[in-house]
Amino acid sequence: MTGNIAILGYGLSAIGPGVGIGLIFAAYINGVARQPEARGMLQSIAILGFALAEALAIFGLVLAFVFK
Amino acid sequence: MSLYVLGSLATADGGGYQTPTTAEFYQPLWNDGPLAITRASVAMLLSVALIAWWLIATTKRAAIVPSKGQWVTEGLYGFIRNGVARDIIGSKDFLRFVPLLFSMFVLILVNNLFGVIPPVQFPTMSRIGFPIALTVIVYVVYHTIGIRRVGLRAYFKHLVPGGLPTWIVPAIFFLEVITFFITRPLTLALRLFGNMFAGHMLLLLFITGGEYMMIHGSFGLKIAGAGSFVMAFVLTIFEILIEFLQAYIFTLLAATYIAGSLADEH
Repeated sequence: MTGNIAILGYGLSAIGPGVGIGLIFAAYINGVARQPEARGMLQSIAILGFALAEALAIFGLVLAFVFK
Repeated sequence: MSLYVLGSLATADGGGYQTPTTAEFYQPLWNDGPLAITRASVAMLLSVALIAWWLIATTKRAAIVPSKGQWVTEGLYGFIRNGVARDIIGSKDFLRFVPLLFSMFVLILVNNLFGVIPPVQFPTMSRIGFPIALTVIVYVVYHTIGIRRVGLRAYFKHLVPGGLPTWIVPAIFFLEVITFFITRPLTLALRLFGNMFAGHMLLLLFITGGEYMMIHGSFGLKIAGAGSFVMAFVLTIFEILIEFLQAYIFTLLAATYIAGSLADEH
């Protein structure tokens, strides 16, 4: 079996953001369930947090192609 | 797994399935090298023409009771003006940044949607140069307004929050400089690029793989090929969602960085 070990690095780097994004949206759902009228405000905060947590996975993806 | 099966299948009948590579994204239409006119640059020019035509056509005869086109444009504009610029930057001086944010949002949105709209079907932002150009604009804007507001010395001084013990200040300063000057622009450009690139790659894999299995495979693989096309369809819908989301996130983060430069305390 042949392949590129850098792709494994991408898989590893996706674990952290995966957990993090899950936590962020869990908190968002919790917040909306408790206080539905705060939805609009929470939404932009949740998406902002999602974007920041996602950065590591994106680094992993790009580096997987860089170190080919 | 399915690719492994495909590989063994391929050696049997001589041909072989080529998984899509990064080379799929460089498609020069005219010339080559640094001056090449690629598919991405044609898509970018097309998007600019399209946006200019749409915005002029829908706002030239603006009426109190809007037409459908005007309603869409006003909806998008209101979303960026109120939902992003005013909420993030604050009601005091958000108005000067609305044109920048709105044009950025529309440009990225149309270019991203080109990824699934025939006949273009190429996300412009999957070529790293385009996100970098957009990021450079944001980078220059948020540093310039920050330095203009308080001056160069105070700008660097403001990077460290007040009230910290003295011994920790150099370390925090170092971290903040890296965040402001390296991590922020890097992630802003790479996020847009990475999402568009990965999404397009997935679509390529499922569609070309499905086509190969349907045409060259045995009966069982033909069924797998049909499954692959269903996945391609589902992922196209998902891709449209991601395309909207990435345009929104880029604008949102640009607004956040601008707001950070305008705020009194970091």
